[in-house]
Amino acid sequence: MFFIAFFGGLSGCSRGTAQRGLVVAGSTSVQPFADHWAEFYMKDYPERVVNIQGGGSSAGIQAAREGAADIGMSSRELKPEENDLLEVIVAWDGLAIIVHPDNGLEGLSQEEVRGIFSGDIRNWSTLQEPDHAITVVTREEGSGTRATFQEMVMKKSRISPRAIVQDSNGTVREIVANDPHSIGYISLGLVNNKVKALRFDGMEPTYENIDQKKYRLIRPFLFVTKGPPSGAALDFINFVISRRIQELVRLDGLVPIFRED
Amino acid sequence: MIAFSAVSILLIITIFIFGEGMPVMVKYGLRKFLFGLDWFPLERSYGLLPMIIGSLMVTGGALVIGVPFGLACAVVLTEFSSKRLRRFLKPIIELLAGIPSVVYGFIGVVILIPFIRDHLGGPGFSVLASSVILGIMILPTIISISIDSLEAVPRTYREGSIALGATRWQTTRMVMFPAAKSGIIASIILGMGRAIGETMAVIMVAGNAATIPRSLLDPVRTLTSNIALELGYAAGEHRQALFATGVILFVIIMILNTIANMTSRKRRP
Amino acid sequence: MKIAVPPRTEQGIIRALLWLLTAITVFILFFIIFYVLKRGLPVVSLEFLAQNPTEMGKAGGIFSTIIGTIALTLLAILIATPMGVGSAIFLTEYTRENWITRMIRFGSECLAGIPSIIFGLFGFILFVTKLGFGWSLLSGGLTLAFMILPTIIRTSEEAIRSVPYAYREVSFSLGSTKWQTVTRVVLPSSLPGIATGVILSIGRSIGETAAVIFTAGSSLHVPTSLFSSSRTMSVHFYILAREGISMDNAYGTAAVLIIAILGINVLAYSLMNRFMRRYC
Repeated sequence: MFFIAFFGGLSGCSRGTAQRGLVVAGSTSVQPFADHWAEFYMKDYPERVVNIQGGGSSAGIQAAREGAADIGMSSRELKPEENDLLEVIVAWDGLAIIVHPDNGLEGLSQEEVRGIFSGDIRNWSTLQEPDHAITVVTREEGSGTRATFQEMVMKKSRISPRAIVQDSNGTVREIVANDPHSIGYISLGLVNNKVKALRFDGMEPTYENIDQKKYRLIRPFLFVTKGPPSGAALDFINFVISRRIQELVRLDGLVPIFRED
Repeated sequence: MIAFSAVSILLIITIFIFGEGMPVMVKYGLRKFLFGLDWFPLERSYGLLPMIIGSLMVTGGALVIGVPFGLACAVVLTEFSSKRLRRFLKPIIELLAGIPSVVYGFIGVVILIPFIRDHLGGPGFSVLASSVILGIMILPTIISISIDSLEAVPRTYREGSIALGATRWQTTRMVMFPAAKSGIIASIILGMGRAIGETMAVIMVAGNAATIPRSLLDPVRTLTSNIALELGYAAGEHRQALFATGVILFVIIMILNTIANMTSRKRRP
Repeated sequence: MKIAVPPRTEQGIIRALLWLLTAITVFILFFIIFYVLKRGLPVVSLEFLAQNPTEMGKAGGIFSTIIGTIALTLLAILIATPMGVGSAIFLTEYTRENWITRMIRFGSECLAGIPSIIFGLFGFILFVTKLGFGWSLLSGGLTLAFMILPTIIRTSEEAIRSVPYAYREVSFSLGSTKWQTVTRVVLPSSLPGIATGVILSIGRSIGETAAVIFTAGSSLHVPTSLFSSSRTMSVHFYILAREGISMDNAYGTAAVLIIAILGINVLAYSLMNRFMRRYC
């Protein structure tokens, strides 16, 4: 019993950002970029500390609601029951369908992608590629990336439960980079030369195409706060949506919130 | 009062895990959780059977690999080799029990998975890969405890048997094994507990597909990886369902512990 | 029908088979260590140990994760040791075997068998969210402390039990109280045994990933207070290797981890040997 009292006492003094710095927690898709922004922020203001945490969109949203984090990061839209929180779009992210660089395919239609991920198309030969079973790699239930993919590509069909499930963009990329017969989907900003991003419905996943709304697989990166942000949180959000950082966002492979007009 | 800390902590943990996990189990019925085949948490379908079977398959596989190798090693080191070799090898083997499980998982990813994919087929991430990695991980536990219990058999047993003209192997098989039985079983149960509870190494090599695997080369998801994979993103009922997964895991472990306790109690004269 | 094989031949065959299995086992276990060290050691340098990671660990060293590991482990040990040794003293010196001690022992044995992910779940719900500590050293340290408590109780209990009863009798006959006997006679004599348990727990805390990632978080900064989040070396290795951020740095971190655990085990083993020599 004594340690409950002891915890209670400690929890009383755990609030307040002064000693722990600004805590930003949530989506593992946003995390690498937020880390980068925080590095710049702390270079400008060496006396301020920003802690970027993973954990996932839902964990971040919950942490923001319960005060464990000052800002929650989400890579999916807020659900209706989460509308007690305020959201700021800090960047847009494309979703890329990726295969191994040795794969002869250059692009797929939405129906083909849906067929592969629902388990209707099981062999590359169906797509005029060398005969081999397709290894489908997807994200876990609840992931913002998966939610976006489900909504924009799969629509009403289910992703086959036989697909390999991984819990981050990086691991999906690693698997696809090492297995010549696999296919997956990741954040456009994380595509590198170890994997090949496919055209989707004939459209190359480039920033021009996203800007012109030709490439349709995009989703917002959100910063979520409980009530209007203030103090350090407001300061950091303003820093992130400033023109200078938004230019950086483009270099990182994301799509800025303002369009070049 | 401090002495009760272990009990009270166990109690607190139990209360919290059950408190978070039970409501959703009660709401949808225990049968749906235990025997449901479909895990689509966003569509409120929480069948855990694939994961329960997955955990059992992977653990069974780990034992099939770990037990023969582990026991062979224990027997060789106690019965068929010099004391010097045992003195030298045993601490090293025990050291291996301390290597972080993620390191084993990683070795699996860089060496075992490409091997299975290229030579046996399938995606590589599979029941087989997880069983092998877990089998290797539980080796140190099995070896070290089996050696201890074989050593604890009174020397006179062995000498008596040899004096009657039995060979070393006959002695081992007919005298030493029966005498050390409960210790060896305890080592296997401990290894089993470690295998069923392992999380990160399994996530790395299992492929985590939430269906019942049709072959050893198919991906598989265990109860532990189900929790760790989705906890970060889960909200509301989905998260409660993950705690319900924890409840089921907890109950399985408790049953194992009780069995282990009973066998080890028998050992004490 | 059973084929009669001469016992000597049977033994010869079995023996060869057993040696083969043993050789494979030992080879695999050694291979893992050598593989990691061979790939990892070239990366390890003074800069690698003393620099903070940058670009999510792609560049720079692992300094902050070393500090995080040490801080977290220390915290867990500082919380768990008094509780564990206290329980052990109570179990051995102040009670007879009855249903209470049996219950306590059963409780701690069950606790020992619970998978770390369950501790992670529990720590996440209680410390991180309910008590509002957030992902922090404190949450992680408490969770780990709960996890290692059974090990400390069991090893301390065994160490205290193995102190010869004559020691206590001499102390009592000199007129000391129970408490004086415990603190001045029993505890000092069982110290090496207790230390072994503590060192084993340190090893377990350092290697833990699942429970830590959900309670202490994965921030790359050097922790500044109990409420800062921190990343341990094991978590760092897990993230680097899984996300494919930097294989070199992953191997380097693994090599440092293995060497640290090697050192800790050697220490535990030598303590245990000294302890054995004294009483057996």
